[in-house]
Amino acid sequence: MPIDIDIAHVARLARIALSDEELEQYRSQLGVILDHAAQVQSLPTDGVPPTSHPLDMVNAFRDDEVRPSLLRDDVLEQAPDAVDGYFRVPPALDVE
Amino acid sequence: MSGPADLTITEASARLSAGDLTAVDLTEAVLSRASLTEAVVHAYLTLDQDGARQAATESDERRAAGQSKGPLDGIPIALKDNMTTAGLETTAGSRILSGYVPPYDATVVERLKSAGAVLTGKTNLDEFAMGSSTENSAYGPTRNPWDPSRVPGGSSGGSAAAVAAGSALGALGSDTGGSIRQPGALTGLVGFKPTYGRVSRYGLIAFASSLDQIGPLTRSVEDAALLYEAIAGPDPRDSTSYPGELEPVRNALEEDIRGLRVGVVTELSVEGIDPAVAAAFGRTVDRLADAGAEIVEVSMPSTRVALSAYYLIAPAECSANLARFDGVRYGLRVDGSTVEDMMAATRAEGFGPEVIRRILLGTYALSAGYFDAFYGQAQRVRTLIIREFAAAYLQADVLVSPTAPTTAFELGAKTQDPLSMYMSDVCTIPVNLSGDPGISVPVGLDEAGLPIGFQVMAPALAEPLLFRAAAAVERAADPVGRPTIEEVPS
Repeated sequence: MPIDIDIAHVARLARIALSDEELEQYRSQLGVILDHAAQVQSLPTDGVPPTSHPLDMVNAFRDDEVRPSLLRDDVLEQAPDAVDGYFRVPPALDVE
Repeated sequence: MSGPADLTITEASARLSAGDLTAVDLTEAVLSRASLTEAVVHAYLTLDQDGARQAATESDERRAAGQSKGPLDGIPIALKDNMTTAGLETTAGSRILSGYVPPYDATVVERLKSAGAVLTGKTNLDEFAMGSSTENSAYGPTRNPWDPSRVPGGSSGGSAAAVAAGSALGALGSDTGGSIRQPGALTGLVGFKPTYGRVSRYGLIAFASSLDQIGPLTRSVEDAALLYEAIAGPDPRDSTSYPGELEPVRNALEEDIRGLRVGVVTELSVEGIDPAVAAAFGRTVDRLADAGAEIVEVSMPSTRVALSAYYLIAPAECSANLARFDGVRYGLRVDGSTVEDMMAATRAEGFGPEVIRRILLGTYALSAGYFDAFYGQAQRVRTLIIREFAAAYLQADVLVSPTAPTTAFELGAKTQDPLSMYMSDVCTIPVNLSGDPGISVPVGLDEAGLPIGFQVMAPALAEPLLFRAAAAVERAADPVGRPTIEEVPS
């Protein structure tokens, strides 16, 4: 199966700003890796369920108890920009 | 040159108990070794000299008061820099986390501290543990103490190099596709990946959550058992932590291997294996037979596509896990006029090429139209591999193979060809997919004097059996010794 990758779309989904040159380099490297990875399609897997957890564990429950959590100020201290107890980011919409 | 920094944990622990070594002297020996080797080896990203000295002083005080916390009290241990340490910078080898000081300790860090260990600092790694040579660190590569022109393996290459060089007596690494076992093999150490879920991942910066597991890098099988018993066991803060009580493993080390069925996995032991590695492997298998093991050949054809499945599953999980590095909560931010521009610019600047490559690969494998052909199919193949292991364990009690196809390679030898780098993990990946435990034990040197590793695998949660076999391999092995530290040019 020939691998056709819309690399600009993939980079946009991943939120990574790349130049045209970088995009082309990643597109060609991903092609080689995916060619190899496509070997997974060589094994018959009809009726085989996908693995989600190797030990076949299900939900893990704990008692619903109030416990101390990280202190807000300690956490916000690591933020690039914080104000009034919140993380601050640029606007979500591009307003003129 | 040999001194307290070259002792095994077990030996140092006995000398501390006997009162002919103090934790302060031991820690000073390790720090002075680091000052000799670090300029070339670069095992550490952060060497916490003050913290280590303080912990060593406290350990000696406890011991003097008759309140020693046990065999790890006063022992200098290094941590891979993808485990969070409260108040101590944690970067995961990435520029995007440069300057990040976590507000909390990982569970394994908490457990080592409560066992009295002296934590020496944070070791270098391939960025976010993605790599097999430690060349993908944003802070420069680590070099192999056995030959500084060569890599120490990866991604836990800094932890391996520290223990090999003597700038720690033992270390923790993390293993997603072989990142403890392969550097263990390349630096002449024991490297152990426990059963998935046996060691808490709380505070381990996630790469591929269904595969990641923390474990020790040490100079002996017994040391690995000691560190494992200190860090393993249920943790309510990790929902994938296995809830069953921890079985001790140290009492299994003395049992001999007589009558144990040892399965040589054909697909992992022949094709593409360097002749010197294959010879050391074969010799060790013969000696296990001499010691009374029953050797059987086991065929596991699905393992041929394990690497392919891994390079879909791990990138897919990494693309989701690394979405959290977006310039909002911690680490680097590059300005942008909208929040999306800011995030995309931050991620382009903060991530190195291998991490970007894997995020793009995973994003593609999970995207609409390709999900089933790639990620879904890889997860079904993973089921086939798990079934094949289950069938193999009907024929054999433990399985064995070389740990890595070659000994340590030169820096730069594989950096231009991602796929050839990925091949270094071909023997170690299968048990990450199956969730089973695996351990690498050094079994000899090649003609260039570089260490060779021998891998033992066992069924999930069968750590006592794994350690019994690993100890027998260690007894059967050619002595590997320690690298010659004087020869490291300064």
